[in-house]
Amino acid sequence: MREVAIVGVGMTKFGEEWNRGFRDLILEAGSKALEDAHLEGKEIDAIYCGTMAPGPLIGQEHAAALVADWMGLNPVPSVRVEAACASGGVALRQGYLAVASGLYDCVAVGGVEKMTDVPGPDVISTLGGAGDEEWELSFGATFPSIYALMARRHMIEYKTTEEQMAAVAVKNHKHGAKNKYAQFQKEITLQTVLSSKVVASPLKVFDCSPVTDGAAVVILMPLEKAKKFCEQPIQIVASAQASDTLALHDRKSLSEIYATKVAAKKAFEQAKLSPKDIDVAEVHDCFTIAEIMAIEDIGFFKKGEGGKATEDGLTALGGQIPINTSGGLKACGHPVGATGIKQAIEIVWQLRGEANSRQVKDAKVGLTHNVGGSGATCVIHILKNPSGD
Amino acid sequence: MNKVGIIGYGCYVPMYRITPEEIAKIWGEDASKIKSSLNIQRKSVPAIDEDSATMAVEASKNAIQMAQIDPQNIGAVYVGSESHPYAVKPTASILAEAIGATPNLTAADLEFACKAGTAGIQMCMGLVSSNMVSIGLAVGSDTSQGRPNDALEYTAGAGAAAFLIGKHNILAEIEATFSYTTDTPDFWRRQGAEFPSHGGRFTGEPAYFKHVLYATQGLLEKFGYSAKDFDYFVFHQPNGRFPLEAAKKLGIDEKKVLSGLVTPLIGNTYSASSLLGLCAVLDQAKAGERILLTSFGSGAGSDSFAIQLTPQLEEARKKVKKNFAFYEKRQVFLDYGLYVKHRRKLKSL
Repeated sequence: MREVAIVGVGMTKFGEEWNRGFRDLILEAGSKALEDAHLEGKEIDAIYCGTMAPGPLIGQEHAAALVADWMGLNPVPSVRVEAACASGGVALRQGYLAVASGLYDCVAVGGVEKMTDVPGPDVISTLGGAGDEEWELSFGATFPSIYALMARRHMIEYKTTEEQMAAVAVKNHKHGAKNKYAQFQKEITLQTVLSSKVVASPLKVFDCSPVTDGAAVVILMPLEKAKKFCEQPIQIVASAQASDTLALHDRKSLSEIYATKVAAKKAFEQAKLSPKDIDVAEVHDCFTIAEIMAIEDIGFFKKGEGGKATEDGLTALGGQIPINTSGGLKACGHPVGATGIKQAIEIVWQLRGEANSRQVKDAKVGLTHNVGGSGATCVIHILKNPSGD
Repeated sequence: MNKVGIIGYGCYVPMYRITPEEIAKIWGEDASKIKSSLNIQRKSVPAIDEDSATMAVEASKNAIQMAQIDPQNIGAVYVGSESHPYAVKPTASILAEAIGATPNLTAADLEFACKAGTAGIQMCMGLVSSNMVSIGLAVGSDTSQGRPNDALEYTAGAGAAAFLIGKHNILAEIEATFSYTTDTPDFWRRQGAEFPSHGGRFTGEPAYFKHVLYATQGLLEKFGYSAKDFDYFVFHQPNGRFPLEAAKKLGIDEKKVLSGLVTPLIGNTYSASSLLGLCAVLDQAKAGERILLTSFGSGAGSDSFAIQLTPQLEEARKKVKKNFAFYEKRQVFLDYGLYVKHRRKLKSL
């Protein structure tokens, strides 16, 4: 297996992009990534594109062909990857495997979702398809209620409080305020979160990530070749993925995401690193409780201590391990298929030292954590700036 | 274009009201937040036997009384509404018959969400200025619909405003009009659907504000006005906040908007919304003053008008006691149960 590096990144602003469609978004992100990598496009051998639901959301299937066509990259092979909210992260892993295996020398990996063309209830039921349709969605369990069950269980088992969950949202909005690509560039208070409308108790509106349009693209090459092309290639030192039961009720524990634990363990083994070696991480905070579970299950904090760690500021910029400097899904936005790629881009910017006012000082190693559904898929990547050795 | 303008106007608002507190109580919402975010104090509710036709008749009778005309001289009647009592069978013919304008006239119903009333005014302007008819009647009338527990439920009111358009004894000359229309699906109701659907925040920037601002600026630019030439601005008012935001975006003093801001008091009366605001301003403005009116209809479009008041206005409006303030002061408050009965939302009956 060859070592693989990210040589170019590009993304659109995340938000309610009413004037732009699916193809406009992916075109902008792709062009920016090529430009960032100093490539023309003809160097690309293959495309992997993560997108969860273009069918129900914009009436377009065969999205991979659209992406290749619209990017002007025909006739290279183009593959759509779908793993619900982990579509982007799993697409990145497919691109990584293709380059690592020696099959391709230059791969574009994209993530895109156009979500605001359909009414809210249609988005809710579409996203509900990320769970178990027969056991969950068809009985009315949409995602806020599924994560609310996990939150409630976490509160019972570890005394996690609603204030601690709210602290995740406050922190991520504070980070998002420093990110020009974020959907919400506005700080909020604990009171804003706690007094917002209840969606599924104990989760309130401000505990939930928003509905977002956006796209993000990264370009991958073998590390050796990458060094000739760009000044600061960022190496992918681990790519790990794990699966778990689709339905929440089949899990042994509701207060953890087991697939995260498995993927994290594999990733740290592959990278020969441990959680304390990570300088910055983007984790999957589709709901505030999800971030608390993630930072515990990855191993940044002991199980049950994620809420308190957040409340104590350990996960904020300047803290022990800055989490979601982009603003996370909560403040940067969550265009489902694009999220996993955006996480990698944020870490690339951090490791290149290009994160501006949200730069984590001396960041050399970063981690991305992307979850599909309520945890049936988890994919983790560890990125490293090789010049930091 | 020959001089054409308003020769009589009339309004009508049902006497019933409901407060945001009463609605919020049912849905577990915080009324104070809703009142401040929508800038709404109460909304009008039709009586159980009132509909867009009956309200159009009331408003038109007031307009005829003001203009002191023989209804037989009305050559065109247009009723704009999104709550016409019949899907097929015109409200306009009911109205024309009720006010004694039949049979030698043209009549039709219009629909363009909340701006069909101003479209009617433009049609009458064309017919009158071309001498095809001597007087035209344009009405905006709605018993506005909103799904229970939709944000619309706090604002969807009921009311009507009628305008007689003619060439003689003009009370308010319509100096210019400018329209801006695009295919923007921000708010709609399908055939057979009981309540409208809408695109949430999409109804704001790309719909209401885009069209209201373009039409208003288009009128100013095309006809060489500046905002300073106007003493009052009346914008479509889906809630009490949007017109104030539109004014801010246009750099207009808020005071010039407040006289015509009626939605906080009676709710959004859809096709009658900006027109009732115009009535409220006409009730108090002085000769020589100028009003800029911009409607908005989802789907989407805006009609903008430059209206200058003549010395005849003051005498004419004395002829009608039932002005906007008269109707606004009549307030019989309903609880949610009675409101549900009035709006025929009780499905098991």
